[in-house]
Amino acid sequence: MDNTKVVKILELLEKDSSLTDEEIGSLIGEKAADVTAEVKRLTKEGFICGYQAVIDWGKENEEKADALIEVKVSPQKDKGFDAIANDIAKFDEVSAVYLMSGSYDFAVMLERKTMKEISKFVFEKLATLPSISGTSTHFILRKYKDHKIVMGEGTKDRRVERIL
Amino acid sequence: MKLPPFNKRLESIEPSRIKIDFTKLKDPEVLSLSIGEPDFETPWGISQAGIEAIQHGYTFYSDDAGLPSLREEISSYVKRHYGLHYEAKDEVLVTVGASEAIDLTFRAILNEGDEVLIPMPSYISYGPLVTLLGGVVKPVVIKEDKKFRLQPEDLEKAITPKSKILVLNYPHNPTGAILEKEDLERLAPVIKKHNLYVISDEIYAELTYGKKHVSMASLPDMKERTIYISGFSKAFAMTGWRLGYVCSSKEIIAHLRKVHQYAMLAAPTISQFAAVEALKNNEGETYKMRDAYDERRKYLVQALRDIGLSCFTPEGAFYVFPSIKKTGLTSDQFVTQLFDKEKLLLIAGNGFGEAGEGYVRISYAYSLDKLKEGIRRISKFLKEI
Repeated sequence: MDNTKVVKILELLEKDSSLTDEEIGSLIGEKAADVTAEVKRLTKEGFICGYQAVIDWGKENEEKADALIEVKVSPQKDKGFDAIANDIAKFDEVSAVYLMSGSYDFAVMLERKTMKEISKFVFEKLATLPSISGTSTHFILRKYKDHKIVMGEGTKDRRVERIL
Repeated sequence: MKLPPFNKRLESIEPSRIKIDFTKLKDPEVLSLSIGEPDFETPWGISQAGIEAIQHGYTFYSDDAGLPSLREEISSYVKRHYGLHYEAKDEVLVTVGASEAIDLTFRAILNEGDEVLIPMPSYISYGPLVTLLGGVVKPVVIKEDKKFRLQPEDLEKAITPKSKILVLNYPHNPTGAILEKEDLERLAPVIKKHNLYVISDEIYAELTYGKKHVSMASLPDMKERTIYISGFSKAFAMTGWRLGYVCSSKEIIAHLRKVHQYAMLAAPTISQFAAVEALKNNEGETYKMRDAYDERRKYLVQALRDIGLSCFTPEGAFYVFPSIKKTGLTSDQFVTQLFDKEKLLLIAGNGFGEAGEGYVRISYAYSLDKLKEGIRRISKFLKEI
Protein backbone atom coordinates (compact mmCIF):
# COMPACT_ATOMS: atom_id res chain seq x y z
CA MET A 1 0.00 0.00 0.00
CA ASP A 2 1.42 3.42 -0.80
CA ASN A 3 2.48 5.62 2.06
CA THR A 4 -0.20 8.30 1.69
CA LYS A 5 -2.85 5.62 2.13
CA VAL A 6 -1.08 4.21 5.18
CA VAL A 7 -1.02 7.69 6.72
CA LYS A 8 -4.70 8.03 5.80
CA ILE A 9 -5.51 4.82 7.70
CA LEU A 10 -3.74 6.19 10.76
CA GLU A 11 -5.57 9.52 10.47
CA LEU A 12 -8.93 7.80 10.13
CA LEU A 13 -8.31 5.57 13.14
CA GLU A 14 -7.00 8.48 15.18
CA LYS A 15 -10.26 10.27 14.52
CA ASP A 16 -12.54 7.26 14.95
CA SER A 17 -11.07 3.99 16.13
CA SER A 18 -14.47 2.28 15.85
CA LEU A 19 -14.20 2.20 12.04
CA THR A 20 -14.16 -1.33 10.68
CA ASP A 21 -11.59 -2.49 8.16
CA GLU A 22 -14.40 -2.67 5.56
CA GLU A 23 -15.35 0.93 6.22
CA ILE A 24 -11.75 2.12 6.07
CA GLY A 25 -11.34 0.15 2.87
CA SER A 26 -14.28 1.87 1.20
CA LEU A 27 -13.11 5.29 2.44
CA ILE A 28 -9.64 4.97 0.95
CA GLY A 29 -10.47 2.70 -1.98
CA GLU A 30 -8.63 -0.45 -0.82
CA LYS A 31 -9.78 -3.98 -0.06
CA ALA A 32 -10.80 -4.71 3.54
CA ALA A 33 -8.31 -7.58 3.74
CA ASP A 34 -5.45 -5.26 2.77
CA VAL A 35 -6.52 -2.79 5.44
CA THR A 36 -6.60 -5.59 8.02
CA ALA A 37 -3.07 -6.62 7.09
CA GLU A 38 -1.84 -3.03 7.20
CA VAL A 39 -3.42 -2.31 10.60
CA LYS A 40 -1.86 -5.49 11.94
CA ARG A 41 1.56 -4.38 10.73
CA LEU A 42 1.13 -0.87 12.12
CA THR A 43 0.17 -2.31 15.49
CA LYS A 44 3.05 -4.75 15.52
CA GLU A 45 5.52 -2.02 14.64
CA GLY A 46 4.19 0.23 17.38
CA PHE A 47 2.58 2.98 15.28
CA ILE A 48 -0.80 2.11 16.73
CA CYS A 49 -0.37 1.93 20.49
CA GLY A 50 -3.96 1.44 21.65
CA TYR A 51 -7.59 2.42 21.16
CA GLN A 52 -9.62 4.69 23.44
CA ALA A 53 -12.93 6.52 23.48
CA VAL A 54 -12.88 10.31 23.80
CA ILE A 55 -15.11 11.14 26.75
CA ASP A 56 -16.36 14.51 27.83
CA TRP A 57 -15.95 13.98 31.56
CA GLY A 58 -17.09 17.53 32.15
CA LYS A 59 -20.63 16.21 31.63
CA GLU A 60 -20.31 13.95 34.65
CA ASN A 61 -19.93 16.90 37.01
CA GLU A 62 -17.68 14.87 39.26
CA GLU A 63 -15.33 16.54 41.73
CA LYS A 64 -12.33 15.65 39.68
CA ALA A 65 -10.00 17.62 37.49
CA ASP A 66 -7.25 17.23 34.95
CA ALA A 67 -3.87 18.80 35.59
CA LEU A 68 -0.82 19.73 33.62
CA ILE A 69 2.33 19.73 35.71
CA GLU A 70 5.40 21.51 34.43
CA VAL A 71 8.48 19.69 35.66
CA LYS A 72 12.05 20.96 35.72
CA VAL A 73 14.77 18.38 36.09
CA SER A 74 18.54 18.34 36.56
CA PRO A 75 19.82 15.31 34.66
CA GLN A 76 22.52 13.42 36.52
CA LYS A 77 25.60 11.84 35.07
CA ASP A 78 24.07 8.45 34.49
CA LYS A 79 20.42 9.50 34.48
CA GLY A 80 19.40 11.43 31.37
CA PHE A 81 16.01 12.76 30.28
CA ASP A 82 14.78 9.40 29.00
CA ALA A 83 15.45 7.64 32.29
CA ILE A 84 13.76 10.39 34.32
CA ALA A 85 10.77 10.40 31.97
CA ASN A 86 10.41 6.65 32.36
CA ASP A 87 10.43 7.01 36.15
CA ILE A 88 7.61 9.56 35.91
CA ALA A 89 5.66 7.55 33.37
CA LYS A 90 5.63 4.52 35.65
CA PHE A 91 3.31 6.23 38.13
CA ASP A 92 -0.19 4.96 37.63
CA GLU A 93 -1.68 8.44 38.08
CA VAL A 94 0.15 9.81 35.06
CA SER A 95 -1.71 9.74 31.77
CA ALA A 96 0.88 11.45 29.57
CA VAL A 97 4.48 12.64 29.71
CA TYR A 98 6.03 14.91 27.08
CA LEU A 99 9.58 16.28 26.79
CA MET A 100 9.23 19.99 26.07
CA SER A 101 11.32 22.81 24.66
CA GLY A 102 11.19 26.12 26.54
CA SER A 103 11.23 27.07 30.18
CA TYR A 104 10.58 23.63 31.63
CA ASP A 105 11.52 20.08 30.68
CA PHE A 106 8.54 17.75 31.02
CA ALA A 107 4.83 18.24 30.77
CA VAL A 108 3.09 15.64 32.91
CA MET A 109 -0.65 15.15 32.48
CA LEU A 110 -3.00 13.80 35.12
CA GLU A 111 -6.62 13.07 34.33
CA ARG A 112 -9.73 12.77 36.51
CA LYS A 113 -8.09 13.17 39.88
CA THR A 114 -9.36 14.92 42.97
CA MET A 115 -7.43 17.94 44.29
CA LYS A 116 -6.19 15.76 47.12
CA GLU A 117 -4.96 13.07 44.76
CA ILE A 118 -3.17 15.64 42.62
CA SER A 119 -1.43 17.37 45.51
CA LYS A 120 -0.50 14.05 47.07
CA PHE A 121 1.00 12.92 43.79
CA VAL A 122 3.04 16.11 43.38
CA PHE A 123 4.35 16.29 46.94
CA GLU A 124 4.78 12.68 47.76
CA LYS A 125 5.74 11.11 44.49
CA LEU A 126 6.92 13.53 41.85
CA ALA A 127 8.84 16.05 43.97
CA THR A 128 10.69 13.32 45.81
CA LEU A 129 12.35 11.95 42.69
CA PRO A 130 16.02 12.86 43.02
CA SER A 131 16.49 14.54 39.64
CA ILE A 132 13.52 16.86 39.90
CA SER A 133 14.36 20.46 40.69
CA GLY A 134 10.91 22.07 40.50
CA THR A 135 7.25 21.67 39.57
CA SER A 136 4.39 23.98 38.69
CA THR A 137 0.85 22.58 38.63
CA HIS A 138 -1.91 23.93 36.40
CA PHE A 139 -5.50 22.77 36.60
CA ILE A 140 -7.42 22.32 33.39
CA LEU A 141 -10.69 24.13 33.97
CA ARG A 142 -12.64 23.00 30.96
CA LYS A 143 -12.02 21.14 27.72
CA TYR A 144 -13.47 22.59 24.55
CA LYS A 145 -11.76 20.37 22.06
CA ASP A 146 -9.81 17.18 22.64
CA HIS A 147 -8.35 14.71 20.15
CA LYS A 148 -9.73 16.94 17.38
CA ILE A 149 -13.25 16.55 18.72
CA VAL A 150 -15.17 19.68 19.67
CA MET A 151 -17.10 19.09 22.86
CA GLY A 152 -20.51 20.24 24.04
CA GLU A 153 -22.31 22.90 22.04
CA GLY A 154 -19.70 22.79 19.31
CA THR A 155 -21.08 19.52 17.96
CA LYS A 156 -24.60 20.76 17.32
CA ASP A 157 -25.87 20.79 13.74
CA ARG A 158 -27.09 24.34 13.29
CA ARG A 159 -28.47 23.84 9.81
CA VAL A 160 -32.16 24.26 9.16
CA GLU A 161 -34.21 21.68 7.24
CA ARG A 162 -35.28 23.27 4.00
CA ILE A 163 -37.08 22.24 0.88
CA LEU A 164 -34.33 23.57 -1.38
CA MET B 1 -61.70 41.06 4.38
CA LYS B 2 -60.97 39.74 0.94
CA LEU B 3 -57.65 40.96 -0.45
CA PRO B 4 -57.22 41.53 -4.16
CA PRO B 5 -55.88 38.44 -5.94
CA PHE B 6 -52.23 37.51 -5.94
CA ASN B 7 -50.09 37.10 -9.01
CA LYS B 8 -51.65 34.50 -11.30
CA ARG B 9 -48.38 32.95 -12.36
CA LEU B 10 -47.30 32.61 -8.76
CA GLU B 11 -50.59 30.94 -7.92
CA SER B 12 -50.07 28.53 -10.81
CA ILE B 13 -46.82 27.23 -9.34
CA GLU B 14 -47.46 24.00 -7.49
CA PRO B 15 -46.05 23.76 -3.99
CA SER B 16 -42.73 21.97 -3.92
CA ARG B 17 -43.05 18.22 -4.21
CA ILE B 18 -40.34 17.99 -1.62
CA LYS B 19 -42.52 17.79 1.44
CA ILE B 20 -41.01 17.71 4.84
CA ASP B 21 -43.14 17.63 7.96
CA PHE B 22 -40.97 19.96 9.97
CA THR B 23 -42.81 19.22 13.22
CA LYS B 24 -41.73 15.57 13.08
CA LEU B 25 -38.10 16.58 12.84
CA LYS B 26 -38.03 17.64 16.49
CA ASP B 27 -37.99 13.99 17.49
CA PRO B 28 -34.37 13.38 18.60
CA GLU B 29 -34.48 9.91 17.03
CA VAL B 30 -35.01 11.37 13.58
CA LEU B 31 -31.96 11.33 11.33
CA SER B 32 -32.00 13.55 8.28
CA LEU B 33 -29.70 13.00 5.31
CA SER B 34 -31.55 15.53 3.24
CA ILE B 35 -29.86 18.89 3.64
CA GLY B 36 -28.15 20.35 0.60
CA GLU B 37 -25.62 22.56 2.31
CA PRO B 38 -22.15 21.86 3.69
CA ASP B 39 -22.02 20.52 7.24
CA PHE B 40 -18.76 22.41 7.76
CA GLU B 41 -18.75 25.78 9.41
CA THR B 42 -17.21 28.62 7.41
CA PRO B 43 -13.41 28.37 7.79
CA TRP B 44 -12.48 30.62 10.67
CA GLY B 45 -10.10 32.86 8.73
CA ILE B 46 -12.95 33.81 6.40
CA SER B 47 -15.34 34.50 9.27
CA GLN B 48 -12.70 36.66 10.93
CA ALA B 49 -12.41 38.78 7.79
CA GLY B 50 -16.15 39.37 8.04
CA ILE B 51 -15.87 40.29 11.71
CA GLU B 52 -13.01 42.70 10.94
CA ALA B 53 -15.09 44.35 8.23
CA ILE B 54 -17.71 45.14 10.87
CA GLN B 55 -15.07 46.29 13.36
CA HIS B 56 -13.61 48.66 10.78
CA GLY B 57 -16.99 50.09 9.98
CA TYR B 58 -17.53 48.64 6.51
CA THR B 59 -21.25 48.49 7.10
CA PHE B 60 -22.33 50.54 4.08
CA TYR B 61 -23.59 49.54 0.64
CA SER B 62 -20.79 48.45 -1.67
CA ASP B 63 -20.53 49.32 -5.38
CA ASP B 64 -23.65 47.86 -6.96
CA ALA B 65 -21.58 45.39 -9.01
CA GLY B 66 -19.63 44.36 -5.91
CA LEU B 67 -16.43 45.47 -4.19
CA PRO B 68 -13.79 46.13 -6.87
CA SER B 69 -11.29 44.07 -4.85
CA LEU B 70 -13.68 41.12 -4.81
CA ARG B 71 -14.39 41.37 -8.54
CA GLU B 72 -10.62 41.33 -9.14
CA GLU B 73 -10.27 38.23 -6.96
CA ILE B 74 -13.15 36.48 -8.74
CA SER B 75 -11.67 37.32 -12.13
CA SER B 76 -8.32 35.89 -11.08
CA TYR B 77 -9.87 32.83 -9.39
CA VAL B 78 -11.94 31.70 -12.38
CA LYS B 79 -8.95 32.26 -14.63
CA ARG B 80 -6.51 30.16 -12.62
CA HIS B 81 -8.98 27.34 -11.96
CA TYR B 82 -11.09 27.13 -15.07
CA GLY B 83 -9.22 29.12 -17.69
CA LEU B 84 -12.00 31.72 -17.94
CA HIS B 85 -11.26 35.30 -18.90
CA TYR B 86 -13.55 37.95 -17.47
CA GLU B 87 -12.77 41.62 -16.91
CA ALA B 88 -13.31 42.55 -13.28
CA LYS B 89 -14.56 45.96 -14.38
CA ASP B 90 -17.60 45.00 -16.44
CA GLU B 91 -17.83 41.23 -16.87
CA VAL B 92 -18.28 40.24 -13.22
CA LEU B 93 -21.28 40.93 -11.01
CA VAL B 94 -21.45 40.01 -7.32
CA THR B 95 -24.89 38.77 -6.29
CA VAL B 96 -26.84 37.63 -3.25
CA GLY B 97 -26.02 33.98 -3.70
CA ALA B 98 -25.92 32.18 -7.02
CA SER B 99 -29.71 32.17 -6.61
CA GLU B 100 -29.99 35.87 -7.32
CA ALA B 101 -27.77 35.48 -10.37
CA ILE B 102 -30.10 32.80 -11.74
CA ASP B 103 -33.17 34.96 -11.16
CA LEU B 104 -31.49 38.04 -12.68
CA THR B 105 -30.59 36.14 -15.80
CA PHE B 106 -34.10 34.86 -16.39
CA ARG B 107 -35.50 38.33 -15.77
CA ALA B 108 -33.02 40.00 -18.09
CA ILE B 109 -33.57 37.59 -20.96
CA LEU B 110 -37.02 35.99 -20.94
CA ASN B 111 -40.13 37.30 -22.65
CA GLU B 112 -43.52 35.72 -22.27
CA GLY B 113 -43.68 32.37 -24.04
CA ASP B 114 -39.92 31.92 -24.31
CA GLU B 115 -38.83 28.38 -23.61
CA VAL B 116 -36.16 27.34 -21.13
CA LEU B 117 -34.61 23.91 -21.58
CA ILE B 118 -33.93 22.24 -18.25
CA PRO B 119 -32.26 18.83 -17.91
CA MET B 120 -34.41 16.76 -15.56
CA PRO B 121 -34.25 15.69 -12.77
CA SER B 122 -33.22 19.17 -11.72
CA TYR B 123 -32.54 21.42 -8.78
CA ILE B 124 -36.00 22.76 -8.02
CA SER B 125 -35.55 26.54 -8.28
CA TYR B 126 -35.17 27.02 -12.01
CA GLY B 127 -38.66 25.98 -13.11
CA PRO B 128 -40.71 28.22 -10.78
CA LEU B 129 -38.57 31.27 -11.57
CA VAL B 130 -39.19 30.72 -15.29
CA THR B 131 -42.93 30.28 -14.71
CA LEU B 132 -43.11 33.50 -12.69
CA LEU B 133 -41.85 35.41 -15.71
CA GLY B 134 -44.28 33.80 -18.13
CA GLY B 135 -41.59 31.58 -19.58
CA VAL B 136 -42.17 27.93 -20.43
CA VAL B 137 -40.14 25.08 -18.96
CA LYS B 138 -39.08 22.42 -21.47
CA PRO B 139 -37.76 19.38 -19.62
CA VAL B 140 -34.95 17.37 -21.23
CA VAL B 141 -34.66 14.02 -19.47
CA ILE B 142 -31.17 12.93 -18.46
CA LYS B 143 -30.73 9.21 -17.88
CA GLU B 144 -28.73 7.00 -15.61
CA ASP B 145 -27.44 4.83 -18.46
CA LYS B 146 -25.87 8.00 -19.87
CA LYS B 147 -24.42 8.84 -16.45
CA PHE B 148 -27.07 11.58 -16.16
CA ARG B 149 -25.13 13.63 -18.71
CA LEU B 150 -27.18 15.75 -21.09
CA GLN B 151 -27.07 14.18 -24.58
CA PRO B 152 -26.93 16.49 -27.61
CA GLU B 153 -29.55 14.44 -29.48
CA ASP B 154 -32.01 14.73 -26.56
CA LEU B 155 -31.36 18.45 -26.41
CA GLU B 156 -31.83 18.81 -30.14
CA LYS B 157 -35.18 17.01 -29.98
CA ALA B 158 -36.51 19.30 -27.25
CA ILE B 159 -35.59 22.52 -29.04
CA THR B 160 -38.32 24.55 -30.76
CA PRO B 161 -38.19 27.99 -32.41
CA LYS B 162 -39.22 29.43 -29.03
CA SER B 163 -36.29 27.89 -27.15
CA LYS B 164 -34.09 30.61 -25.72
CA ILE B 165 -32.09 29.40 -22.73
CA LEU B 166 -30.45 26.10 -21.77
CA VAL B 167 -29.80 25.61 -18.07
CA LEU B 168 -26.77 23.50 -17.22
CA ASN B 169 -26.10 22.63 -13.61
CA TYR B 170 -23.03 20.45 -13.59
CA PRO B 171 -21.72 19.11 -11.20
CA HIS B 172 -25.33 18.18 -10.89
CA ASN B 173 -27.85 18.38 -8.10
CA PRO B 174 -29.50 15.89 -7.38
CA THR B 175 -27.52 13.18 -9.23
CA GLY B 176 -23.88 14.14 -8.65
CA ALA B 177 -23.22 13.79 -12.39
CA ILE B 178 -20.56 15.85 -14.16
CA LEU B 179 -19.95 16.88 -17.76
CA GLU B 180 -16.50 16.34 -19.16
CA LYS B 181 -14.88 18.39 -21.87
CA GLU B 182 -15.97 15.94 -24.62
CA ASP B 183 -19.58 16.15 -23.43
CA LEU B 184 -19.49 19.95 -23.55
CA GLU B 185 -17.89 19.86 -26.99
CA ARG B 186 -20.75 17.71 -28.28
CA LEU B 187 -23.36 20.08 -26.83
CA ALA B 188 -21.78 23.34 -27.99
CA PRO B 189 -22.62 22.96 -31.73
CA VAL B 190 -26.31 22.34 -30.92
CA ILE B 191 -26.38 25.39 -28.68
CA LYS B 192 -24.75 27.56 -31.33
CA LYS B 193 -26.89 26.21 -34.13
CA HIS B 194 -30.07 27.20 -32.30
CA ASN B 195 -28.59 30.41 -30.93
CA LEU B 196 -29.34 29.61 -27.29
CA TYR B 197 -28.14 31.33 -24.17
CA VAL B 198 -26.61 28.96 -21.61
CA ILE B 199 -27.06 29.51 -17.90
CA SER B 200 -24.23 27.45 -16.48
CA ASP B 201 -24.82 27.10 -12.76
CA GLU B 202 -21.45 25.77 -11.65
CA ILE B 203 -21.92 26.21 -7.92
CA TYR B 204 -20.46 22.74 -7.22
CA ALA B 205 -17.44 23.19 -9.52
CA GLU B 206 -14.91 22.83 -6.69
CA LEU B 207 -16.49 19.58 -5.56
CA THR B 208 -15.47 17.09 -8.20
CA TYR B 209 -13.73 13.87 -7.33
CA GLY B 210 -10.90 12.74 -9.51
CA LYS B 211 -11.73 14.72 -12.63
CA LYS B 212 -11.15 18.44 -12.83
CA HIS B 213 -14.23 20.49 -13.56
CA VAL B 214 -14.48 22.02 -17.03
CA SER B 215 -16.71 25.04 -17.62
CA MET B 216 -18.95 25.46 -20.66
CA ALA B 217 -17.75 29.06 -20.80
CA SER B 218 -14.18 27.90 -21.46
CA LEU B 219 -15.08 26.42 -24.86
CA PRO B 220 -14.33 28.47 -28.01
CA ASP B 221 -17.05 31.03 -28.81
CA MET B 222 -19.14 30.00 -25.80
CA LYS B 223 -18.25 32.89 -23.49
CA GLU B 224 -20.45 35.36 -25.37
CA ARG B 225 -23.62 33.28 -24.90
CA THR B 226 -22.85 31.65 -21.52
CA ILE B 227 -23.89 33.11 -18.22
CA TYR B 228 -21.39 31.59 -15.81
CA ILE B 229 -22.80 31.43 -12.30
CA SER B 230 -21.06 30.35 -9.12
CA GLY B 231 -20.75 31.36 -5.50
CA PHE B 232 -19.20 30.85 -2.11
CA SER B 233 -21.80 28.62 -0.45
CA LYS B 234 -20.48 25.24 -1.49
CA ALA B 235 -16.77 25.87 -2.12
CA PHE B 236 -16.20 27.77 1.11
CA ALA B 237 -19.11 26.59 3.27
CA MET B 238 -20.60 30.09 3.29
CA THR B 239 -24.31 29.45 2.69
CA GLY B 240 -25.50 31.89 5.35
CA TRP B 241 -23.36 34.72 3.97
CA ARG B 242 -25.54 34.74 0.84
CA LEU B 243 -22.93 35.52 -1.76
CA GLY B 244 -22.52 34.46 -5.35
CA TYR B 245 -21.36 35.87 -8.65
CA VAL B 246 -22.08 35.84 -12.32
CA CYS B 247 -19.59 36.31 -15.13
CA SER B 248 -20.41 36.84 -18.78
CA SER B 249 -19.88 39.16 -21.71
CA LYS B 250 -19.97 42.89 -21.09
CA GLU B 251 -23.31 43.14 -22.86
CA ILE B 252 -25.03 40.42 -20.84
CA ILE B 253 -23.61 41.63 -17.52
CA ALA B 254 -24.83 45.17 -18.27
CA HIS B 255 -28.38 43.83 -18.61
CA LEU B 256 -28.18 41.71 -15.47
CA ARG B 257 -26.72 44.63 -13.58
CA LYS B 258 -29.64 46.80 -14.55
CA VAL B 259 -32.08 44.40 -12.85
CA HIS B 260 -29.73 43.95 -9.88
CA GLN B 261 -29.48 47.71 -9.31
CA TYR B 262 -33.24 48.04 -8.93
CA ALA B 263 -33.98 44.79 -7.14
CA MET B 264 -31.01 44.33 -4.83
CA LEU B 265 -28.85 47.49 -4.88
CA ALA B 266 -25.80 45.49 -3.80
CA ALA B 267 -24.75 42.22 -2.19
CA PRO B 268 -23.94 42.32 1.56
CA THR B 269 -20.72 44.29 2.06
CA ILE B 270 -19.58 42.32 5.09
CA SER B 271 -19.92 39.04 3.23
CA GLN B 272 -17.93 40.47 0.36
CA PHE B 273 -14.99 41.25 2.63
CA ALA B 274 -15.11 37.69 3.92
CA ALA B 275 -15.24 36.43 0.33
CA VAL B 276 -12.08 38.34 -0.62
CA GLU B 277 -10.30 36.49 2.18
CA ALA B 278 -11.81 33.20 1.00
CA LEU B 279 -10.46 33.55 -2.54
CA LYS B 280 -7.09 34.96 -1.45
CA ASN B 281 -6.11 32.61 1.34
CA ASN B 282 -8.50 29.72 1.82
CA GLU B 283 -8.37 27.45 -1.17
CA GLY B 284 -6.69 24.89 1.07
CA GLU B 285 -9.86 24.78 3.15
CA THR B 286 -11.87 23.91 0.05
CA TYR B 287 -9.57 20.99 -0.66
CA LYS B 288 -9.84 19.73 2.91
CA MET B 289 -13.62 19.75 2.69
CA ARG B 290 -13.56 18.18 -0.75
CA ASP B 291 -11.37 15.34 0.54
CA ALA B 292 -13.80 14.74 3.39
CA TYR B 293 -16.76 14.64 0.98
CA ASP B 294 -14.84 12.28 -1.26
CA GLU B 295 -14.27 9.81 1.58
CA ARG B 296 -17.94 9.86 2.47
CA ARG B 297 -18.91 9.50 -1.19
CA LYS B 298 -16.80 6.39 -1.60
CA TYR B 299 -18.14 4.95 1.62
CA LEU B 300 -21.77 5.67 0.76
CA VAL B 301 -21.71 4.28 -2.79
CA GLN B 302 -20.04 1.08 -1.60
CA ALA B 303 -22.33 0.72 1.41
CA LEU B 304 -25.49 1.25 -0.68
CA ARG B 305 -24.37 -1.39 -3.14
CA ASP B 306 -23.50 -3.74 -0.29
CA ILE B 307 -27.06 -3.51 1.05
CA GLY B 308 -28.45 -4.17 -2.41
CA LEU B 309 -29.34 -0.78 -3.92
CA SER B 310 -27.98 0.04 -7.34
CA CYS B 311 -26.21 3.35 -7.22
CA PHE B 312 -24.76 5.55 -9.93
CA THR B 313 -21.25 6.68 -8.96
CA PRO B 314 -21.46 10.44 -8.53
CA GLU B 315 -18.36 12.39 -9.58
CA GLY B 316 -19.32 15.77 -8.18
CA ALA B 317 -21.44 17.76 -5.69
CA PHE B 318 -22.38 15.99 -2.42
CA TYR B 319 -25.32 13.80 -3.32
CA VAL B 320 -25.84 10.17 -4.23
CA PHE B 321 -28.92 9.23 -6.21
CA PRO B 322 -29.53 5.51 -5.76
CA SER B 323 -32.27 3.71 -7.66
CA ILE B 324 -35.01 2.20 -5.51
CA LYS B 325 -36.89 0.68 -8.45
CA LYS B 326 -36.20 -2.91 -7.43
CA THR B 327 -38.10 -2.41 -4.16
CA GLY B 328 -41.32 -2.01 -6.14
CA LEU B 329 -42.07 1.18 -4.23
CA THR B 330 -42.46 4.62 -5.72
CA SER B 331 -40.02 7.28 -4.56
CA ASP B 332 -42.72 8.86 -2.42
CA GLN B 333 -43.68 5.53 -0.85
CA PHE B 334 -40.06 4.65 -0.17
CA VAL B 335 -39.31 7.97 1.52
CA THR B 336 -42.53 8.07 3.52
CA GLN B 337 -42.29 4.49 4.75
CA LEU B 338 -38.59 4.85 5.54
CA PHE B 339 -39.39 7.91 7.59
CA ASP B 340 -42.31 6.27 9.41
CA LYS B 341 -40.51 3.02 10.18
CA GLU B 342 -36.90 4.06 10.61
CA LYS B 343 -37.14 7.79 11.22
CA LEU B 344 -34.69 8.48 8.42
CA LEU B 345 -35.38 11.43 6.15
CA LEU B 346 -34.27 11.31 2.50
CA ILE B 347 -35.63 13.25 -0.46
CA ALA B 348 -37.79 11.48 -3.04
CA GLY B 349 -36.28 11.65 -6.52
CA ASN B 350 -39.50 12.87 -8.13
CA GLY B 351 -39.20 16.02 -6.00
CA PHE B 352 -36.69 17.01 -8.69
CA GLY B 353 -39.14 16.40 -11.51
CA GLU B 354 -40.94 13.32 -12.80
CA ALA B 355 -37.69 12.11 -14.33
CA GLY B 356 -36.43 11.51 -10.80
CA GLU B 357 -39.10 8.89 -10.09
CA GLY B 358 -37.55 5.63 -8.94
CA TYR B 359 -34.69 7.34 -7.16
CA VAL B 360 -33.96 8.97 -3.81
CA ARG B 361 -31.44 11.66 -3.02
CA ILE B 362 -29.07 11.21 -0.12
CA SER B 363 -26.85 14.11 0.88
CA TYR B 364 -23.40 13.32 2.20
CA ALA B 365 -22.95 16.71 3.79
CA TYR B 366 -23.08 14.73 7.03
CA SER B 367 -20.50 13.15 9.30
CA LEU B 368 -19.46 9.60 8.58
CA ASP B 369 -21.15 8.50 11.81
CA LYS B 370 -24.48 9.78 10.59
CA LEU B 371 -24.03 8.20 7.18
CA LYS B 372 -23.23 4.87 8.82
CA GLU B 373 -26.35 5.12 10.95
CA GLY B 374 -28.36 6.05 7.85
CA ILE B 375 -27.10 2.97 6.01
CA ARG B 376 -27.99 0.82 9.02
CA ARG B 377 -31.55 2.14 8.94
CA ILE B 378 -31.97 1.74 5.16
CA SER B 379 -30.61 -1.79 5.38
CA LYS B 380 -33.09 -2.68 8.13
CA PHE B 381 -35.92 -1.10 6.14
CA LEU B 382 -35.03 -3.04 2.98
CA LYS B 383 -35.09 -6.32 4.88
CA GLU B 384 -38.56 -5.64 6.22
CA ILE B 385 -40.39 -4.57 3.06
